[in-house]
Amino acid sequence: MAGIKAKAKQQGDFVEIKTLMTHPMETGLRKGKDGNKIPANHITEITVKSGSEVLMTVEYGPAISQNPYTSLMIGGKKKGDVLNVSWVDNTGKSDSTDVEVK
Amino acid sequence: MQKFNNERRTLLKGSAMAMALGITGVAQLLTTPKAFAAWPKDAFAARSMDDVMKALFDGSVTTIDSGDITLTAPDIAENGAVVPISVESSLPNVKRIIILVEDNPTPMTAAFNLGSSSKADVSTRIKMGKTSNVIALVESDGNIYATRKNVKVTIGGCGG
Repeated sequence: MAGIKAKAKQQGDFVEIKTLMTHPMETGLRKGKDGNKIPANHITEITVKSGSEVLMTVEYGPAISQNPYTSLMIGGKKKGDVLNVSWVDNTGKSDSTDVEVK
Repeated sequence: MQKFNNERRTLLKGSAMAMALGITGVAQLLTTPKAFAAWPKDAFAARSMDDVMKALFDGSVTTIDSGDITLTAPDIAENGAVVPISVESSLPNVKRIIILVEDNPTPMTAAFNLGSSSKADVSTRIKMGKTSNVIALVESDGNIYATRKNVKVTIGGCGG
């Protein structure tokens, strides 16, 4: 259930980082087959870091599609740098991965 | 023998209590929003556009319609569960980009907090319950700029 696919590519002065995260993104509004509501289970925050420096954060609510795709443009980084992408969800779970800028 | 049974009893009682405590602990973790203080819970929980704006900007706020924001979204989304949205802006010093869907049960969809050197160019995929305006807000130099686009949804992506 956990997993992050990330690609980072230098594009001029910026690094384009594209991420795909495996996550059900349940809204908490949907009903399951048994008629009970499926509890909310969605990513709340994505953080892009370089070492301990936070470059960008994204706040997500339940209205983001299942297995969220996110693309961002980060400045001040170049080919060869390593970026760290992580997420936390509303149940407290988290995941993270490192990606080298190509 | 009697003594052994008593010990066993206490042990069971103890473990039952520990379990009960464990469960409440987890429940507390699930319901306590404090762990994610940075996440704007009120904005994400708000059910109307007015309430979202109030939660986001501490009271009333005037948005300025801007042509310097490019909101890319399909005219017609066949599947409301996956609607690709991109927001790009040439406005200076963009601090934050917010995506709202007016007619979703909770309009607040996403907020991107840009670092000082990042470019205002973000993409994501969102869920839309029905045909609605998608609104992009861009916070630049202390002002809130807005642009909107109507997206027609043929099959909704919220609820089921």
